[in-house]
Amino acid sequence: MTGSGSGSGSGAGSAASAVFCGYCGKAVGEGDHAACSSRLGVIDPPRFCSQCARRMVVQVTPAGWTATCSRHGSTASA
Amino acid sequence: MTAAPEQVDVLNTAREQVLERGVGLSEEQVLQVLRLPDSRIPELLELAHEVRMRWCGPEVEVEGIVSLKTGGCPEDCHFCSQSGQFPSPVRSAWLDIPGLVKAARQTAATGATEFCIVAAVRGPDKRLMSQVRDGIKAIREDGNEIQIACSLGMLSQEQVDELVDMGVHRYNHNLETARSHFPSVVTTHSWEERWETLRMVREAGMEVCCGGIIGMGETLEQRAEFAVQLAALEPDEVPLNFLIPNPGTPYENYPVVEGTEALRTVGAFRLALPRTILRFAGGRELTFGDLGAKQGMLGGINAIIVGNYLTNLGRPAQDDLDMLGELSMPIKELSKTL
Repeated sequence: MTGSGSGSGSGAGSAASAVFCGYCGKAVGEGDHAACSSRLGVIDPPRFCSQCARRMVVQVTPAGWTATCSRHGSTASA
Repeated sequence: MTAAPEQVDVLNTAREQVLERGVGLSEEQVLQVLRLPDSRIPELLELAHEVRMRWCGPEVEVEGIVSLKTGGCPEDCHFCSQSGQFPSPVRSAWLDIPGLVKAARQTAATGATEFCIVAAVRGPDKRLMSQVRDGIKAIREDGNEIQIACSLGMLSQEQVDELVDMGVHRYNHNLETARSHFPSVVTTHSWEERWETLRMVREAGMEVCCGGIIGMGETLEQRAEFAVQLAALEPDEVPLNFLIPNPGTPYENYPVVEGTEALRTVGAFRLALPRTILRFAGGRELTFGDLGAKQGMLGGINAIIVGNYLTNLGRPAQDDLDMLGELSMPIKELSKTL
């Protein structure tokens, strides 16, 4: 796992073709994201867009979360 | 040579004082409990569970919470990812009324009796109070039979009265940590200011919910101090959180509280607060894991937040409800809260 997120759809936090880590915002190919993966989707929703690393507006609710990138749209928990 | 007098064992004392008489432990006694060796944790938890059953009963109060206004808070609570003073990745967000109603509906569907509306603010302004009023009205109109609690920071007397008028039955405002440790955790307001809000809430007839976070660098002495300070407040509910070291906060590199230490803390707080609703809150997933959560539920805890928290994720609500089923712990019904 790359630590890119565990959302549904193909939006900003999607794990599909992630370029940036949803937890730390750094490039997926650089450094070790094991610690990110251990928290992402378990303790934390994605905070950074997996496509452009912009900080996303995230709303956590009792049953899920939505994360919105101003450029790449929204994604939500499965 | 005469033998040294046998030291009085704190758990034996607690059995008579707390279990039989319902009198919480003193600061010194709580400290003794917090210093018990790991080998005595099962005995502590067993006693704490007996105390909970004796003075609170078998029911578990279930609650869901949601963040109405996330991030951008002017205060500098060092544990909080929602402070605007730290380079946290959390961005500001407002939940709209339909979203709030949906969250209340999701919470009510779990069998929860409590739904807490939370905002990351020093205290509410007119806009926030208006949003809360509209939100509560919409939740009621949607037919959700659930008690509404709020956590909106420090209040004026006028705001306290407004919340009573809205039908808010419980108000959360955590003291967070011992009075002596508070200035290390928050510098933008004082422990006493928080206490003042709690006093007004109590006097206005709302239930008082006040707890804190374990693992913010406090000493065991300060943890014991905090437990008895909470007991002096006589809150209806104490939510026990365990620090989640969140990125960008001053505490991002603090260690997660170890499970055994956390269990000792749960037991100690139950023995300090025998008649209080003691709620498992944020951080329990990191600190305890699944097994530890069960041990906590059998060690004095009698309430739980299900689902996600404000900015962090929790376990799926169904997992916790299944756990309560496995433990044969009935969920408190709404009729019992009225």
